[in-house]
Amino acid sequence: MSGKNVQPESSLTTLVDLRRGDAATLDHIDLPGKDARRLMELGFLPGIRITAGHSAPGGDPRVFQVDGSEIALRRETAKRLKVRLDKTRHASGMP
Amino acid sequence: MSECRDCHDCGAATVVEFPGALESPKIVALAGPPNSGKTTLFNRLTGLRQKVANFPGVTVEQHTGIAELPDGRTVGIIDLPGLYSLSPQSEDEQVARDVLTGERRDTPRPEAILLVLDATNLSRHLMLAAPILALGVPTLIILNMADDLRNRGGHVDTRQLSAQLGAPVALVSARQGEGIGQVFEFLASAMPAPAPKDLPVLQDVPKCRAWAGRVGRQASYRPPVPPKWTRRLDSVFLHPVAGPLVFAVVVVAVFQTIFYAAVPLMDGLRWLFEVSGKWVAAALPDSIFRSLLVEGVWSGVGSVVVFLPQVLFLFLFIGILEDSGYLARAALIADRTMAKVGLQGKSFIPLLSAYACAVPAILSTRTIENKRDRFATILIAPFMTCAARLPVYTLIIAAFIPNRPVLGPFLGARAAALLGLYVLGFLAAVATARVLKSSILKSGRTPFLLEMPSYRWPTVQSIGLRLFDRAKVFLRRAGTVILLVTVLLWIMAHLPAVNGKAPAIGDSLAGAVGRTLEPVIKPLGFNWKIGIGLITSLAARETIIGTLGAIYGMDPQSQKLGLQKALQHDLTPGGAVALLVFFAFAMQCISTIAVVRRETGGWKWPILQFTYMGALAYVGAFVAAHLIR
Repeated sequence: MSGKNVQPESSLTTLVDLRRGDAATLDHIDLPGKDARRLMELGFLPGIRITAGHSAPGGDPRVFQVDGSEIALRRETAKRLKVRLDKTRHASGMP
Repeated sequence: MSECRDCHDCGAATVVEFPGALESPKIVALAGPPNSGKTTLFNRLTGLRQKVANFPGVTVEQHTGIAELPDGRTVGIIDLPGLYSLSPQSEDEQVARDVLTGERRDTPRPEAILLVLDATNLSRHLMLAAPILALGVPTLIILNMADDLRNRGGHVDTRQLSAQLGAPVALVSARQGEGIGQVFEFLASAMPAPAPKDLPVLQDVPKCRAWAGRVGRQASYRPPVPPKWTRRLDSVFLHPVAGPLVFAVVVVAVFQTIFYAAVPLMDGLRWLFEVSGKWVAAALPDSIFRSLLVEGVWSGVGSVVVFLPQVLFLFLFIGILEDSGYLARAALIADRTMAKVGLQGKSFIPLLSAYACAVPAILSTRTIENKRDRFATILIAPFMTCAARLPVYTLIIAAFIPNRPVLGPFLGARAAALLGLYVLGFLAAVATARVLKSSILKSGRTPFLLEMPSYRWPTVQSIGLRLFDRAKVFLRRAGTVILLVTVLLWIMAHLPAVNGKAPAIGDSLAGAVGRTLEPVIKPLGFNWKIGIGLITSLAARETIIGTLGAIYGMDPQSQKLGLQKALQHDLTPGGAVALLVFFAFAMQCISTIAVVRRETGGWKWPILQFTYMGALAYVGAFVAAHLIR
């Protein structure tokens, strides 16, 4: 997992690979139109910056900070959101 | 608060007919995204003058109310379900959209819209303004949570925003009551149609978001800094170790309160009904009418009303949890576990409360937005071992199971049997949930989304109104059906009259039904006496005890011990276990059936549920009766 966090910016990964404090930019949503639309209405628009937050015990579901809101997604949904990791990793052990 | 005090005198007694009795037929709709504080504003505007019903034909709750303007005129307000956009994805959103566009024939098209947006998250919430303004209906844009915006260093120029949107803008705090005057001003005014400068292509979400961002910038919108306390609290409540601990404490507190703290109040109410029943009985001459009034109506109404403390305690808890923002965190923590049976985190609290009583549990499923998940939760809730099963369990267990140790001194055979029955109900619920969620109530692949609102102090007004609401719904809906059925059962037990007096229960209509039932229940090891008990227990499970007592002609004082002896005489051990299994599975509760009918909007689901649970109870009891001899 930690290897993925230092990958070059160009390669795509998914929201599932983000750990707490990691930030990434949304590239596209790999879901049917209706579901993608709902996610977009909640702020998950291509180009937006997403930060991974707390999660339930076991890491699923996880809260993501996006466009001024905090939205929890299950793993199965998070892996459909393809993102580009930001170069600098944010402090992951923040209080 | 003052508008609340004004109408205190009229209070609950005034039934507001809507919209028929309105003097001025002005009707406005309250719309907005979830978590925008729409309902708080609705409460603030209407106070106690509100009414909850279902939209005809759907299971969406319709909140309507009357707001009184300072000049004395009144305006009808419809509080619509939360909306993210006007391209609906759920039944709730479909209804909201149809009301706004005037496509619902049962609801008059609103003359104006109050669009409530969260001022602390304006750039995203403004997206909804585009399709709303495009409707061309007079609209007031209400930026709610002004206090939060200010306290956290945010800013917005409402005049500029109003110019951009071509509609009036009010910055309010529904919680504090700040700026509510502007809403009344708008409602009293001529309400001009909106004239927005430009609108984006509504189908294109990115374009809508870009438009919202641009409008926000032109109104010099500065978003507030993230809420400090929410971050701090989340680092405890969602901590990998502390989080589940807090969750466990909350769960135990809810459970303890509805299970134990409500009991003295319930006993008090029961006592009140007994005493007043005796008082009524003493005041009236001995007649069949008195018996109907006291034994039928009085005890029927009493058996419903005693649940009220439980309902209120549960909703007090849920109200605090939901309004404070913790409920979303609890749902997050419980989600993984619930997902294993195909449900989701929000089903957890309703299912937990079903251990006390399925009625408030089913009423509390309103917090689950996903309709299929909500229905599945409603359908499995009555399997949880509710408090009404306990007296039946303890009676039969005490009569048939000797109290010898099973696990050393820690677990006796009786406690083990009781525990086994709890597990049995739980397993039935889990299995049913799995079946439902993989068949008729399959959620498809709709992503599970859970918005985490900022933590806020719940207000007394909001929680008080909710309690009032739920109490009204509970008493009215469950009350009417229960009353009907208890009266019906009373008639069955008292006809045909012998010399103007009630017959012995064995000779009554109920006895006849019990005998007719006997061939059907004989394979389970039950005789006609148990059959009568099963019929009367339809009103409420514990009723079987009183009925059996009456059949065996027992003095209520010595009933408990005598009843055990009588049961040992009438039931084989196999039959006793079968009876326990029957009670664990069967849906013998008119209140629950009535509430399911209300919450699912028709008879289809309660009938399906009653049949399914009844069939499971029959098969389960049959197997038990033949395994154990």
